[in-house]
Amino acid sequence: MIKRYLSAMALALGLLVATIPAFAAEGGEGLPSAGTNVNDRASLQRGAKLFFNYCVGCHSLKYVRYSRIASDLGLSEDEVMSNLNFTGAKFGEPVISHMPVDSAKNWFGKDPPDLSLEARAKGVDFIFNYLNSFYLDPSRPVGWNNTVFPNASMPNPLWELQGLQVAVHSEAKPGQDSVVEKLELSQPGRMTPEEFKGATRDLATFLEYTAEPAVLERQSVGVWVVLFLALLTFLLYLVKHEYWKDVHENH
Amino acid sequence: MANLFDWVNERAPGLMPMYRKHMTEYYAPKNFNLWYYFGSLAILVLVNQIVTGIFLTMNYKTSALEAFNSVEYIMRDVEWGWLIRYMHSTGASLFFVVVFLHMFRGIMYGSFKRPRELVWILGMLIFLVLMAEAFMGYVLPWGNMSFWGAKVIISLFGTIPYIGPGLVEWIMGDFLPADATLNRFFALHVIALPLVLLLLVVLHLAALHEVGSNNPDGVDVKHGPKGNRWDASKPIDAIPFHPYYTVKDLVGVGFFLIIAAFIIFFAPTFGGWFLEHDNFTPANNLVTPTHIKPSWYFTPFYAILRMIPSFFGTAIWGVIGMFGSILMLALLPWLDRGEVRSVRFRGMGYRIALAVLVISFLSLGAVGAGVTAELIPEWFPGADATTIENAFGRVMTLAYFGFFVFIWVYTHFGFEKTKPVPERVTMHD
Repeated sequence: MIKRYLSAMALALGLLVATIPAFAAEGGEGLPSAGTNVNDRASLQRGAKLFFNYCVGCHSLKYVRYSRIASDLGLSEDEVMSNLNFTGAKFGEPVISHMPVDSAKNWFGKDPPDLSLEARAKGVDFIFNYLNSFYLDPSRPVGWNNTVFPNASMPNPLWELQGLQVAVHSEAKPGQDSVVEKLELSQPGRMTPEEFKGATRDLATFLEYTAEPAVLERQSVGVWVVLFLALLTFLLYLVKHEYWKDVHENH
Repeated sequence: MANLFDWVNERAPGLMPMYRKHMTEYYAPKNFNLWYYFGSLAILVLVNQIVTGIFLTMNYKTSALEAFNSVEYIMRDVEWGWLIRYMHSTGASLFFVVVFLHMFRGIMYGSFKRPRELVWILGMLIFLVLMAEAFMGYVLPWGNMSFWGAKVIISLFGTIPYIGPGLVEWIMGDFLPADATLNRFFALHVIALPLVLLLLVVLHLAALHEVGSNNPDGVDVKHGPKGNRWDASKPIDAIPFHPYYTVKDLVGVGFFLIIAAFIIFFAPTFGGWFLEHDNFTPANNLVTPTHIKPSWYFTPFYAILRMIPSFFGTAIWGVIGMFGSILMLALLPWLDRGEVRSVRFRGMGYRIALAVLVISFLSLGAVGAGVTAELIPEWFPGADATTIENAFGRVMTLAYFGFFVFIWVYTHFGFEKTKPVPERVTMHD
């Protein structure tokens, strides 16, 4: 009897755990994995530094407060206010870009979107691959194009780090446009391709965190909740077993 | 304490008899198996939805301008707000998991059959109200899928001849889902429908306790031998609900909570099935999501809607098919004329038909959720994916309705060869 319960429980949990990786691959189907680890605090800190150096000029994180970043990333108020906060906001205020809306529309044709929830709306894999897939395209208004998000309005903000990529087109089939076969580095940047992959992974990790700051807390709390419930269920099973003894005996 | 008990008892002499009738002297068959946990689990989830819902309304803002922001406020700035919201959103999905399994149990063991038709009908009403409740709750975060989902579902009423277009406007209170829609859906979601739901659950249980519970053998314990350890006039194969089934159901609650906690703490969006990617973008009537699809628990019904083509210049047939698929379930006590309740003693035809029902329901779910739209191009490269999907979806729609037709023919004309039903219940553990 007890064996039956335990095996049923093991089976149910096994099935659930087995399905989680399949389901947890959120968004960006078919793209190479970003390989982020949101519990890697150093990666989060590097990602935050990149965000505030290269992204916040145009993009806000309107749901994220500087103070929250400080406490979640293990930074002091001083560190955040002098190294990350370039918008002049107070410590308790959210991250709002200074980009004037009208100019943004003139320059790029649209408002740069708020990125607080980008990782939940599009997925970290999308962000990572998008940032790695810019190439020079003189036919576009800002001179850049992207293979993951074709005809994106955004120029490559990280070109100094990555260098310049150009597209290698395959031969066009009759009646069709040629497609981009691969991207090649035409001029190296300040980072090697491996370093750049790491940097964009950090940035994706940081945005994964901003999309759901509770992710850090929920996983660490969750372990204890599940352990507690497992113990409680075992005790409840013992109670049931005791009560049901006479039913089984009388049968 | 004893004095207080006497004091209350003197003034409300009906309380203890009621407690005994429904708890300590409600005799249930002793052979309930795994399938019998889902009724009590449904009550557990209902309570969870109400309690977490109360806390969510404390910080949720009912306004098209503020709703999305207020949900993010709950997720980030409200103490434990993320936990409350995940308990509510996961609870909504698990409610349907539990209710689908509960309904399947009823079909499998013939619990809907005489004399429990009223229990079944009340259950079907609960299911309908639950679907309305879930749909309106899904609109409240005012994400982009909330908006477009609401638009598509409300547009269904537009297929009704003559009054359709006016009815759609009347439901939305605007020409698009808008602030007025959000406000009335909030009112219905937090007050009207939960009240109806609670009333129906009370009636469902009251109706059940009038006739007594069925069991996996479908054996009528009330008509079997009498005299158990507690009462000489009660069925020999029955045991008091309390404490036996209360302690047993608590074990089920424990298992269920472990699974729920895994989802809440480690995969709260469940890969976009419980909380969808497109709903993390605010509602926008200018940007249509690539694939508009309802929450997973509506997908089998949504697939029937999509698979039935329009003809005679109207698309109402799909809507009729969708509601008809639920009506068929409600009519099951009158379609299935078989005397034997449990699948354990029914004919081979019934067993096969039941398997077909499950396969068609799951397949329709896959069609409605867009799983087939993704897989077919992979499996049949170069083929016309829409044609294959439509063919598959229509076959499965026919299989779903075919179950009900088959069951009527099979039982009404006496084709079924049943096995003898035993006198007493059997215990397998």
